[in-house]
Amino acid sequence: MVFSLDLLAEAVLFGILVGCFYAAVSIGLSVAFGLLDVPHIAHPAFMVLGAYGTYLLGRYGVDPILSGLLLAPLFFLLGVAMYRFYYETFEKRGTDAGVRGLAFFFGIAFIIEIGLVLAFGVDQRMVEAAYIGKSMSLGEIRIPLRLVVAFGTALLLTFFLSLYLSKTFTGRAIKAVAQDEPALRLMGANPVRIKQWAFGIATAVAAIAGAMLIIVGPVEPAMDRVYIGRTFCVVVLAGLGSMSGTLVAGLILGIAESIVLTMFGASWAPAVAFGLLLLVLGVRPQGLFGR
Amino acid sequence: MRFWISLLVILGLAGIAAGVMKNEYYFFAGYVVLQFVVLATAWNLLGGYAGYVNFGTAAFFGLGAYIAVLLIKAFQAPLLVQILAAAAVGAALGLGVGVLTLRLRGIFFSIATVAVTIIVETVIINWRYVGGATGVQILRPQSTWPFESYIEMLFFVALVLAMVAVIIARYIQTSWIGRGLRAIRDNEEAAECSGVPTLKLKLAACVISGALMSAAGAPLAMYQSFVEPVSAFSLNYSVSALAMPIIGGTSHWIGPVLGAVLLGTVQQVVTVTISSELNVLVVGVLLVVFVVAAPEGIVGLARRIFRK
Repeated sequence: MVFSLDLLAEAVLFGILVGCFYAAVSIGLSVAFGLLDVPHIAHPAFMVLGAYGTYLLGRYGVDPILSGLLLAPLFFLLGVAMYRFYYETFEKRGTDAGVRGLAFFFGIAFIIEIGLVLAFGVDQRMVEAAYIGKSMSLGEIRIPLRLVVAFGTALLLTFFLSLYLSKTFTGRAIKAVAQDEPALRLMGANPVRIKQWAFGIATAVAAIAGAMLIIVGPVEPAMDRVYIGRTFCVVVLAGLGSMSGTLVAGLILGIAESIVLTMFGASWAPAVAFGLLLLVLGVRPQGLFGR
Repeated sequence: MRFWISLLVILGLAGIAAGVMKNEYYFFAGYVVLQFVVLATAWNLLGGYAGYVNFGTAAFFGLGAYIAVLLIKAFQAPLLVQILAAAAVGAALGLGVGVLTLRLRGIFFSIATVAVTIIVETVIINWRYVGGATGVQILRPQSTWPFESYIEMLFFVALVLAMVAVIIARYIQTSWIGRGLRAIRDNEEAAECSGVPTLKLKLAACVISGALMSAAGAPLAMYQSFVEPVSAFSLNYSVSALAMPIIGGTSHWIGPVLGAVLLGTVQQVVTVTISSELNVLVVGVLLVVFVVAAPEGIVGLARRIFRK
């Protein structure tokens, strides 16, 4: 393999674009797992579900980003219902919530995946839009426009979500629930309702992330597995619940994956996220920006 | 004593059945069910007794299959050597994952096991010698006395493996190791404070569980006479190994066995009669239903009925 500076620059540039996308797809999990402490293994599956929703709407000529936004309220309700159910069956009863909660979400992810296989088959699906398939050139490097669109959406999503969490009343309430639930209860607030709301937002974000997923490339039902690694890698590397950390961690993963991709080939790429994840768990489990 | 006699009876019955039955399909199907008995029992050592959820059964299982492939390609090693070597490597992998994550909260262990699955699979895909992404064809040797066919022998190998797994699980459950693991599951900090060597116990469970899972994978090479990464590391193994103990009941060694026999048989029937996608869906739905409605599994349901 010839190693050149041009190639490296190109890899880094792609890594930045993809990295922001990774940050955006992980940010919902950062809320659900990082802040609310729900072992939401099924989050990437919801994302893939969102991507297929976008595909369905795309057949009627709806723009992918618009369909992501259209699906978001639906997913919000789904998320609220999911958390309510999870709370009533596991969190409320307390004991043994760990094993059963994990098994529950694992089962849900599995059901979504197989449901998609039964409904759409195992073939890859993609959407049509004006910006998909075109590319812009930056000096010598050609960048696919779809990556740029996903990059922009990702930045906006991350920006607004962190703004929401730090500036608005409910956003701060969500952070408060993560920091000290009993204290919140003593203040007369209902932590379950706040968590329910937050979980709804996390799931709504998964819908938008799903739309971006299908913009970036074709999707298939089994895709959630690789994204379990990517999203958890980003969330753990960031430090649980840190929004700005999520962006940095996403960039690190994106660049690392992109460099491995150019130097060793695509077949090694899936292992990067998981390798990085194991490394973080072994060396610094509290993450880069962890408390 | 009753336990040992029933093991002998099962072995005897299987021997008689082998003499009577001429249809090889039953050995094919029985092998799969027994393989799941091993996987479910192994999963339960860590997941059921200690409360640490392993999502990566497929990593251990597939690794076992590929250790066998490697040994066949390199030395034409006999089946017993393949199984023992696979168990040793599985134990080492279990130890590695354990050392890395068992000091952290349970969920990190679970995520790490997902990671290990993808990493091992990626390495195998990129390793040409054992077939890479396209897989590798393996010639089955001649069957040896007293077995009429190789598949019949594999069936008995799986039966012995399943019995070994159950004996180990039963020993652990009734000994101080099991009590320690249960203490970890109920309250790890309290267990640590009362002098339970939590990390050592968890690592031991991880090593034994990993060894059994890889041992269960080793005969796969001979069973299918063709191994390729996607099916060897299939998520179905991970889901089934987790669903079977939870459906059967995690608190007693009989739970995983019940779950594996029931679910394994249902899977065989559904795969043959309807479709393999639907069969996987059945496992997922049953898992969620049991986790929500009957957390104690079949064993718990039975206990409740007999107490009344």
